[in-house]
Amino acid sequence: MSTIPIFADENWRLPSRGRVAMLSLIIGETAIFTIFVVAYVYYIGASKYGPTPQILDVPWFNTVCLLSSSIAIVFAERAIERGRIRAFGACWALTMLLGIVFLAGTAIEWKRLIYTDGLSIRTNLFGTTFYSLVGLHATHVVVGLFMLSLVMIFTLLGRVEQRHTERIQVLSLYWHFVDAVWVVVFTVVYIVGK
Amino acid sequence: MQPRWSFPLTRFRVLVLPLACMRAMPSIAQGALTTPSILAPASTPAHQIYTLSQFVLVITGAIFVVVAGLLAFIIIKFHARKGDAEHEPAQVYGSTQVELAWTVIPVLIVVVLFLTTARIIFAIQDAPKPQSAVDVTVIGHQFWWEFRYPKLGIVTANELHVPVSTPMMPRPAFLQLLSADVDHSFWVPQLGGKTDLIPNHPNAMWIDPQSTGLYVGQCAQFCGVEHAKMLLRVYVDTPDQFAAWVKAQQQPGTQPDVTNAAAAAGRHVFETQACVNCHTISGTAAKGVFGPDLTHLMSRATIAAGAAGNTPDNLRSWIQDPNTFKPGALMPAMQLNDVETNEVVAYLATLR
Amino acid sequence: MADQTFPIPGTPDASLSRGAALLEQLHSWVVTVDHKKLGILYIVYAIVFLLVAGVEALAIRIQLAIPHNHFLSPELYNEFFTMHGTTMVFLVGMTFIFGFGNYLVPLMIGARDMAFPRLNAFSFWMTAFGGLLLYFSFVGGFGLYGMGAAPDVSWWAYAPLTAKAFSPGHNTDYWALSLIVTGFGTLGAAINTLATAFSMRCRGMTLLRMPLFVWLMVVTSGLTLIVITPLTAAQVMLIIDRYLGGHFFDTQAGGSATVWMHFFWIFGHPEVYVLILPAFGIASEVIPVFSRKAIFGYPAMVAASVGIAFVSLSVWAHHMFTIGMTSVGNAFFALSTMMVGIPTGIKIFNWVATMWGGKIRFATPMLFCTAFVFQFLLAGLTGIMLAVAPWNWQLHNSYFVIAHFHYTLTGSFVFCIFAGIYYWYPKITGRMLSEKLGKWHFWLFFLGFHITFDTMHFLGIIGMPRSIYTYEPDRGWNTLNMIVSAGGFLQGIAVLIFAWNLFDSYFNGSIAGNDPWDAWTLEWSTPSPPPDYNFAEDPVVRSRRPLWDLKHPNDPDWKYEP
Repeated sequence: MSTIPIFADENWRLPSRGRVAMLSLIIGETAIFTIFVVAYVYYIGASKYGPTPQILDVPWFNTVCLLSSSIAIVFAERAIERGRIRAFGACWALTMLLGIVFLAGTAIEWKRLIYTDGLSIRTNLFGTTFYSLVGLHATHVVVGLFMLSLVMIFTLLGRVEQRHTERIQVLSLYWHFVDAVWVVVFTVVYIVGK
Repeated sequence: MQPRWSFPLTRFRVLVLPLACMRAMPSIAQGALTTPSILAPASTPAHQIYTLSQFVLVITGAIFVVVAGLLAFIIIKFHARKGDAEHEPAQVYGSTQVELAWTVIPVLIVVVLFLTTARIIFAIQDAPKPQSAVDVTVIGHQFWWEFRYPKLGIVTANELHVPVSTPMMPRPAFLQLLSADVDHSFWVPQLGGKTDLIPNHPNAMWIDPQSTGLYVGQCAQFCGVEHAKMLLRVYVDTPDQFAAWVKAQQQPGTQPDVTNAAAAAGRHVFETQACVNCHTISGTAAKGVFGPDLTHLMSRATIAAGAAGNTPDNLRSWIQDPNTFKPGALMPAMQLNDVETNEVVAYLATLR
Repeated sequence: MADQTFPIPGTPDASLSRGAALLEQLHSWVVTVDHKKLGILYIVYAIVFLLVAGVEALAIRIQLAIPHNHFLSPELYNEFFTMHGTTMVFLVGMTFIFGFGNYLVPLMIGARDMAFPRLNAFSFWMTAFGGLLLYFSFVGGFGLYGMGAAPDVSWWAYAPLTAKAFSPGHNTDYWALSLIVTGFGTLGAAINTLATAFSMRCRGMTLLRMPLFVWLMVVTSGLTLIVITPLTAAQVMLIIDRYLGGHFFDTQAGGSATVWMHFFWIFGHPEVYVLILPAFGIASEVIPVFSRKAIFGYPAMVAASVGIAFVSLSVWAHHMFTIGMTSVGNAFFALSTMMVGIPTGIKIFNWVATMWGGKIRFATPMLFCTAFVFQFLLAGLTGIMLAVAPWNWQLHNSYFVIAHFHYTLTGSFVFCIFAGIYYWYPKITGRMLSEKLGKWHFWLFFLGFHITFDTMHFLGIIGMPRSIYTYEPDRGWNTLNMIVSAGGFLQGIAVLIFAWNLFDSYFNGSIAGNDPWDAWTLEWSTPSPPPDYNFAEDPVVRSRRPLWDLKHPNDPDWKYEP
């Protein structure tokens, strides 16, 4: 359309679409987690039989690992902002490592709960809500780790550059979200629920 | 139980005489035996709801007349005429005062509506239970109703009997609502709003029917394949009728006359076949609870929760194959031969 | 420049044989990431399922035309009414809104495509696959009674009816799984719409200069994010119960049937606003153009839309007035439900004020929109009646409720969709739909709609509950049911006329040109149909109606807008 007049405009700045999209995804995911948390809270104490939350050990070590991974990823973001790809790679790997440790810890915890304490998803309401909520979170950690590993591979192949900073920031948003959800899940399951 | 007419509602009752034409609806629809119309209330909760609804109808009716009238006026007056295409009309982008006006007025209307609504909610839900109330426990099953009168020692099914309740002698029925399987809902429109029967979630409602007669309703929460045939019949009896009914129901199952060989044989068939797994007949070995109590089967006008009239032929068909009347009913076809079926029917016919 | 020809990527090579050309065309549709093609795919998908669900509705109405009818068995009837509702909400409603959104949002904001074209394609195909999975249920598996295993638990699928114990076949599983799949598609579409509207607007188009349709897609998408996900969560819980032995809704183990109800309606109520808000957006585009006036009260319309979205999150338990909540609980939800009527009413008043003082051209789009305003007014008023909790105790689960929500869904949503199709078909295809057939469509549909759904209110009032495959002949419902059914067939004929109009006009309709309606938003500045790249130059706008400014250089909007 040649006849739309062009005015000399002030700065026309729009938010980045990656950020808007990731924020939207996070909002949607928050809603899913809210429903599972509400179910968990509603059913606290409602199990008619079977193991109770007393059998849970508070996973301090796992939690520290996961929350530290958020700090590691912030360092990674800073590194790539400044174009320091090697430092970025190292911090990124540390983030992944801490995430993997968290998952391993969760697996060990679940093995004990299932085989020693006899708590499975079908045992009682506590089992159902526990494994659903913690499992939903763990699934999101797995998906996050998958995305992180893709970036790791690209970094090792030398394909990641400073101009990818924004995408890294968007992905980090997701990782921070996963950690924030863990804070809520941890509080509800291991502090309040016990 | 005095109906609690509040002052403003009473005033509006006079105003809604024109709406009395709505009350003609049931008669228009009549020719029908029993039309369960919410416009023909026969019990206090239903009356209170009806009056409230008239009030709400007046308000919403007024809103409709104003806005629809405006729309009709606009369609006629501001229709584009031939030769109009040259000029665009004046562009009006908005008006803060107008926006404010048509925000504030609806808010006021909502306040009025809400206060009247809340009053009736509390009046019905939080009504206290008088001493003279009849207690009934209603248990919903797929696809029939179990009625127990705990204080009277009665267990029956599908057809509820309650005494009439008058201002001088209030005898409301307070129903406790439970479910043995899935969600159901007890709805007899002329006697009150519906309340759901939800497993692991006891509910309560009350009715105080003010005129005798038969009121019909049915399950109002989708509960499976034969939800449509989970019908309700509520018999509102005079005090004497009710007392007589109670007395009869309290008797154990009648022993069949020794001269009635078919009935005696039928009882034997009943007790040795799978019937006893599901049905109770007090005074016999049959103590099953999955299906309706049959002790006083012949005191009921219908079988299969209203799916068929209570006649020997229907009973015969039902026993041979419940799918005749109610495909998907949980009672299996009993696989009895003709002789056995006739004997069982003869036996059931003695269960008054 | 408009008269320069750019080489347009994707144009089929003229030297190919007809068969190969056809194959290439089909291929281009399957692999497309262009928002316009995907929008058309969504809309065509919606129209197909509109016809399918319409057939289901007619089957239901045949079964109910007389008492004790044997047209549909109880099992099949329960499948049909479940599928009718599920199809209409998810495969017709959601697909129409994201179809229109996809096609129009980039054009209206002066962008070349959606923010994430590949996500766009992924979202469509997920939705499409979910729908096919849902319908596969009719043929896949034997269910319990050999009628196929289509979902038969009603579209709200209350627990514990959906537990393995009470629904041993696969019917419920098809319901849960196919909706989880379409849910992913919906989520993707919502994320994409938000990213597009926030990040891809052309220069000068501030948020408060976006067309109202775009605003309503934004609000809808935001609402969708927090509303579809609870449904997904609840359905995952249901599947955990059915297959992993979970107890979320297992009342024997202390689980709660009411928890399902809360979760479902926390999705279910805002969902109807997700459906109706874009329809409001269509009306907000059509009514001004055909009244020849700017929309009255644009900021109020935006505020009301956002207000509706927020308040709609607080009303869900008005579907649960009969489950035995406390009187305080019932009172709260009665109040919140009445309150959501306020911003909704404001919108109606603003449309009416837009028409006031206009020079209204009653072309087919405007016929549908005018009827929409009238019907939505009635729908809102019956909604207020249903908000009065004690009255709700009578009307809940009766045919009054069905009449109310068909007034909002058919009488409002579908009418606006029809308006939108008549309005934008020229842009999409380059040809006008036949006005004559359009008027036949409108009047027959309007008549049939009112015959059916006005009557239906009375059926509810005289005590007929919903979800029943037949009814007793001595309850006084017979004549009214027959009337309701007759109206259904009239609507069916109208829709067939519409389908014919769509098809025939594609080949024989008059050429539309860029701007057949003399409208004011950016999509009308492109050729019809628009080229792949939408705009040869990125537009720059200075007001809410850029084309009005061009057509009225002495009286542009930006002189009057704040």
